[in-house]
Amino acid sequence: MEEVLRAENISKSFPGVLAVDNVSLSLGHGEILALVGENGAGKSTLTQILGGAQRPDSGRIILEGKTVSFNSPADAIRAGISMVFQELSLVGSLSVAENIFANRQPVGRLNNVQWKALYQEAQDFLSRFDLDLDPRILVKRLSMGQQQILEILKAISTHPKVLILDEPTSSLTENEIAYLFQNIRKLQEQGMSFIYITHKLSEIFQIASRVIVMRDGKYIASRNVSEVSENDLVSMMVGRQITNLYGAAVEKPLGAERLRVESLSRKGVFQDINFQLRAGEILGFAGLVGAGRTEVARAIFGIDRKDSGKIYLNGNEIQISKPEDAIKRRIAYLTEDRKGWGLFLGMTVRENLIAPSLKRFASRMDFLNQKLVNEYAEKQIEIYSIQTASILKKVLHLSGGNQQKCLVAMWMGIQPEVVIFDEPTRGVDVGARAEIYKTLREFANAGVGIILISSDLPELIGMCDRILVMHQGRIKGEVQRKDFSEELILSYAAGLEETQHA
Amino acid sequence: MTISGKIARTVRDVAAYREFSLFIVLVVVSLIMTMVSDVFMNKANIEAILLGLSVEATIAVGMVILLISGGLDLSVGSTLAFTGVVCGLALTVLKLPAVISILLGLLAALGIGLINGLLVSKLKINPFIATLGMQITVRGLTLVLASGKAVLNLPASFTVVGQGRLFGVQYPIYIMLTLVIVGDLLMRNSRFFRQSYYIGGNEKAAGLSGIPVDLVKIFNYCLVALLAGIAGIMITARFGSSSLTVGTGVELRVITATIIGGASLSGGEGSVFGAFLGALFMGVLANALNLLGMDIYWQNLVTGLILIIAVVVDVLNERRKSRQK
Repeated sequence: MEEVLRAENISKSFPGVLAVDNVSLSLGHGEILALVGENGAGKSTLTQILGGAQRPDSGRIILEGKTVSFNSPADAIRAGISMVFQELSLVGSLSVAENIFANRQPVGRLNNVQWKALYQEAQDFLSRFDLDLDPRILVKRLSMGQQQILEILKAISTHPKVLILDEPTSSLTENEIAYLFQNIRKLQEQGMSFIYITHKLSEIFQIASRVIVMRDGKYIASRNVSEVSENDLVSMMVGRQITNLYGAAVEKPLGAERLRVESLSRKGVFQDINFQLRAGEILGFAGLVGAGRTEVARAIFGIDRKDSGKIYLNGNEIQISKPEDAIKRRIAYLTEDRKGWGLFLGMTVRENLIAPSLKRFASRMDFLNQKLVNEYAEKQIEIYSIQTASILKKVLHLSGGNQQKCLVAMWMGIQPEVVIFDEPTRGVDVGARAEIYKTLREFANAGVGIILISSDLPELIGMCDRILVMHQGRIKGEVQRKDFSEELILSYAAGLEETQHA
Repeated sequence: MTISGKIARTVRDVAAYREFSLFIVLVVVSLIMTMVSDVFMNKANIEAILLGLSVEATIAVGMVILLISGGLDLSVGSTLAFTGVVCGLALTVLKLPAVISILLGLLAALGIGLINGLLVSKLKINPFIATLGMQITVRGLTLVLASGKAVLNLPASFTVVGQGRLFGVQYPIYIMLTLVIVGDLLMRNSRFFRQSYYIGGNEKAAGLSGIPVDLVKIFNYCLVALLAGIAGIMITARFGSSSLTVGTGVELRVITATIIGGASLSGGEGSVFGAFLGALFMGVLANALNLLGMDIYWQNLVTGLILIIAVVVDVLNERRKSRQK
């Protein structure tokens, strides 16, 4: 097969991480190449480099025999490499036609948009893809799936030689996926090449001819799809040693039931969630991004409504309709979105630390006791070894690891009985990670029930007593500590019913 | 760190507070004015300055609290006039006693605040749009209610509120100073009021921290409306009549004062004392330019420049700090 794109020895580092480590790959004319790996394996960074959204620290990109260098995605598109990102770039208040031909509308002599020609061209384009869609309709009226398809068509309309798709099916229905695959094959026959990133391993066998596995920023293997099984891929994706980062699990009898959730459901988000959490237990929630883990946590904490289901704390049914209710019951939720939902970045460390427990520091006149507040803040930064010049420093100016420790210290201040940690170590360096793991263990040993949501499998395996695996809004499997293996968890997470390990 | 280093750091930290730098500027301006003008430090002149800014400063107390919580109210000028007219009509048409009429006027103001608060927190309407709509609506309502005519000849039992004196100083100055002091204490120390900083700092995180976001927002809209109402009563009593056009443009002067005093339109920052100093600064500046015999036009030019300089200094300060980390 004639080669269209070659990447040679690409490396890219961000502060603290080597995201892509000396990776090479080659893509044939009309080939569909799948790229797989765990979260953080470096797939997205690599494809962003190919698509011009990131510049490599070293290495070469060769397109049709010529070395190329991109300063922006626009450069890459002009050269013939288009990329469809997971986030949509469509403008909801404009029509389908205007979105497809954004900035390339047919114009008249006065630079006036020629609407008739625009709609006609869009109509012709859409019918080439057998898409029955009115080009005049506003994009915001389309379903998420239709918008995602439109996003892909928009990229195709620039006639790229190489199209990079990053998780294109994450919000598509079965029918839409079938439609997308059919059109990808049609374009492949016309000579377009694809790099296809996915977490859904089954899709690789439907659409791709070759698959490349990445792990920790490194190239691991390249295989023809006909020569591998899903389990082979999973082994290649994980295959790493677990160090003692997580501390030693203390063998201890678990205490009484802390939290019980019964048939918790929210239409279209998660269904029939049942589980029990005991005092001192660390219960893991595994699953792919979008499997509904965060949504379950948000519903338990009262951020989002739930359609049905019951929640029991220490054996008594409790009603939680807003976060205040959960905090009163001493349930803490540490959000995955530290900056967006967790911290008050522009405020001081002191003010952040007391945020969920303001009432504790208020006198009968509702005045805050500044002395108590200061003592408390000093104590917390010491206990959680938050590195800051003073309690009056803005959280904005702390490092990521110290911000995360701040969030932990903030919520431990409510003296919780149940804590939900949502991706507590994302973007946190190893030193701070170890301290967060230590805190987690200390709290478990003190009888707190802990839920740990994480996309980092070694972390879950290193920390948890039990792991629940979610897939498409349901709990697909429950794995006990003695049965922990990345293969088993990943196959549940990918929605496989049966595995050789089960 | 050495002791002198610590002191230098403390001085720098204090100097970084807007209240401090604004205070220094005020002192410098006052010293210069004392030297060049015999009138400036006279009791009468100082009283004139304070009386002149009593309306703006009173409303600024509520406005800065609202801005800190991430809100904005453009309808305060209309609320001010509306309160005056409701009160005036209660006195003249309904012949109600002064106390009842004042309460009625303040109740009307609270109603406007409540509507603003509900529009913004429950219906999630952008505060700029919601309160701009209310600004126009309430001004219209005022004109309709008064049939387009100012309410004149208000009774002395009422006008004493704006014209009476204690120890030779007019009541509105006491009212304003009391509100500023109480407001500042509450914003520094009260748990309930401090929740506004969290909401303005990060509304989503505030909700997750168990802060009743909607309740606090509605409260803040009611508070600024109530203070606009108090300002309306003071000015109506001072003039002895309910004007229909009074308070036009006051919202922008109040917002300017709060921003000069360290508040930010994106919320989370500012203080009541800073807002008062901002208003005081604008009042002193107007007075100084007047005493120096400069045209009234200069006042806008200088105030505008000061506003922009204050914001630019903030941005530069923030950049310096983030480089330090």
